[in-house]
Parts: sequence; C-alpha cells; structure tokens
Amino acid sequence: MRQDAFTLDVRDEASVEVLGLFGPSGSGKTSLLEAIAGIRTPDRGEIRIGERTLFSSAHRINLPARERRIGYVPQDALLFPHLSARGNIEYGARGGDCGSVANILHLDGLLDRRVTTLSGGEKQRVAIARALMTQPSMLLLDEPLAGVDRDRRDVILPYILRIRRELQVPLIYVTHDRLELASIADRTLVLSDGKIVASEPAASAAALD
Amino acid sequence: MSAETWAIARFTVLMATLATLLVLPPAIAVGWVLARKAFPGKALFETLVSLPLVLPPVASGLLLLWLFGRRSPVGQALDAAGIEIIFTWKAVVIAMMVISFPLVARSVRAGIEQVDRRYEQIAATLGAGPFRILRTVTLPLAARGIAAGGVLGFSRALGEFGATIMIAGAIPGQTRTLAVGIYTLVEVGREDDAWVLLAISALLAFGAIYLSNRLLDRRGAL
Repeated sequence: MRQDAFTLDVRDEASVEVLGLFGPSGSGKTSLLEAIAGIRTPDRGEIRIGERTLFSSAHRINLPARERRIGYVPQDALLFPHLSARGNIEYGARGGDCGSVANILHLDGLLDRRVTTLSGGEKQRVAIARALMTQPSMLLLDEPLAGVDRDRRDVILPYILRIRRELQVPLIYVTHDRLELASIADRTLVLSDGKIVASEPAASAAALD
Repeated sequence: MSAETWAIARFTVLMATLATLLVLPPAIAVGWVLARKAFPGKALFETLVSLPLVLPPVASGLLLLWLFGRRSPVGQALDAAGIEIIFTWKAVVIAMMVISFPLVARSVRAGIEQVDRRYEQIAATLGAGPFRILRTVTLPLAARGIAAGGVLGFSRALGEFGATIMIAGAIPGQTRTLAVGIYTLVEVGREDDAWVLLAISALLAFGAIYLSNRLLDRRGAL
C-alpha cells in the first residue's frame, strides 16, 4: 500500500480540529485509518502525530496498535458480540466509569443490553464511547453514519459535535458525503486511488467534483 | 444391567472425562497456534499433530508402550520415581488423550479460525495485549467450537480400543473400558454381556455426537 506522507496539525486547545477525509469508495480512506491506528502496516512512509512517530519504514519504527493511544471506530462498529454495551464501552477504559461518556452520547438506557439487539445508530454510538474510554489522543471515525438510516443521521451528527466540543479530542472523519463534510470538518484531505490529491478547508472541499 | 457392566460404563465415562479435561489446554494452545500463527515448519508441525488420527490406534499404542516402558528414558525416569503407568488406569487416560488430541486441536483450530480477526485488531487498538485478547475476545467467541471439539474428543475417548488395550490391557475392574470390555467378553464367549456394553456405548456415542452437532449448529446463528 503506497502512502504519501501528510501532516496532521493539531491546533491550539481553543479550537480542536476535525480533519475530514473525503473520497469515493476504494480511494483508500479505510486503509489510511487502519494504518494510523496500527492495524495495517504500510509498505513505506511515515506516520507522525506531532512529536510522536508511530511508523517509519526508513527508521524501522512500528508502534503496535495497543501503544498508540488512538481510538478507532470502524465503519461497521465491530462491537464484541459476546459482551453487553457496558462491557464493550469499558473494555479499554483507563480509569473512571463510563458515566460521563455514556451521558454525552445518551447511552444510559442501553448499557446493559446485548449489542446484537441494538440499532445501527446505537451501535455506532457505543463504538464511539468504547474508543473514547481509552482516553485517546485522537479519534478516527470511518464513515460513522454509513450504517445509520437516512432519517436518523441528523440525530447522530450532533453527538459527534458534542464530543469535539466537550471532550476536546481531535477527530479524523472519513466520509464520501459532502454534506457531512461541510457540517463537521475544519479541514479536508481529498483522497483518490490511495493518494492525497488535495488539502482544503471544508467549504471548498464540499464544492469539489 | 449387572454390577459389572455398570462399573465398566462408569469407569469409562470417568476416564474419558478426565482425559478430555487434561487434553483441552494443550489442544487449545496448539489449535490457536495453527489458526493464528505462521512459522517455518508449520506443515510438518501440523502433520505431527495429526499423526494419532491417521496411524492405526494399535500403532500409537505400541509407541506409547515403548515411551512408558523400561527401555525409554521417560519410562526409566518414571520407574525411578516409583510411578507406574503401564497396565494402570493412568495408561487408559493417556491412551484416550493421545488418540483424541488431534480431533480436539482441529476443532479448536476451526473454532478460532471462524472468529473475525478484526475483533482482535479492535481489541488491540483499545489497549489490550495479546494474552488479554486471547482470553477476553478470541476464546469466548470460539467457545462453541471449542466445546464441540471437547465433546468430539470425549466421544472418541469413550470408544478408544487399540491404544488402550496395548498400554492398559484389559484387567477386569482396573483397566477394562467399554470397548475393551466388548472385545474380551466376546473372546471368552460372554456375548450377551458384550451386547449390553454395546448398547451403552451406542447410547453414549449418540448423545455425544448429538450434543456436538447442536453446539456447532447454533454457532451459525451468532
């Protein structure tokens, strides 16, 4: 998998950044997130977040996923089917109970349910909560609204905005939907065929063809 | 059913249960390695693990007889420690373990292979180390396959004959299992009693296979 280097700048605390990753299916968005999370190893290149080098083919650095402190929410949530919602959320928790995170995402009533009984949107929120409980330095969201019914999407988006506002975690948000992009991203990288072809403020990215 | 046949049945079930419990940990370890790991010589390792499955059980029995007998280092060490294996109930358990091991390991392997690796990957991003992932994600999700493997191994152990008669003999009241019992009773002309043992064996085997299939069936619905 070819990777061109790109730099993610986290601006000062006052304005936590949401980086949009935009591109059609097959353009390599998921692969890029997997590489950042440490699930997939690129052939060559570098992945750095600020001062930390997570991967460098040149310097033979490859930090294992469990040490990267990056929250990853895959497209299909991938909740552990044998655990309840609470069991999932608390799986990687670093101290503290899931109360505040569950509160922000309105999961209080769902906590003891088996995840197989949850709707698409509920699963997505549980997956986000699960990732947040590890107190990640960054959160990767892979098409979080893809598995959600159209009419429910407007309900989920505010939750994501709340996370950004109340928990101050930088987000990388993958989508092929321009409207989502416009609502949420501060800056956008446009992907095509595994390569980054543009880096835009969100407003002009939405106008791209 | 006479006291004797009842004792044989109880003894066999007890030994098979013990053998299955003892064989599960190594079979799970080997099954996991085969399912998840790649290494040089893996094909050779797989073949060795499957050997008791394809060798005639008496041949496996002969190998075990050598291993635990006075002519091998293992046998001599046991002898020095005052531990008797050959022609005791311990030999029955060992024979059952060796013969059922490949079946259990293969079932474990299949059970683990059907666990989506992405669950393990997500667990890693959540900060879990390899052993924690195995314990909290992989094995629970493979539990049905592992249980089915255990039941399969148990039913194979129940019917084990060739290796058993080689290293444990057919001592009445001490090492006579259901299968060995059927053979020896026919040999001495007590065929009616042999038929009773056959009926018990068939009942146990039927129950075990039925349970194993039920466990595997519901796995599809997960």
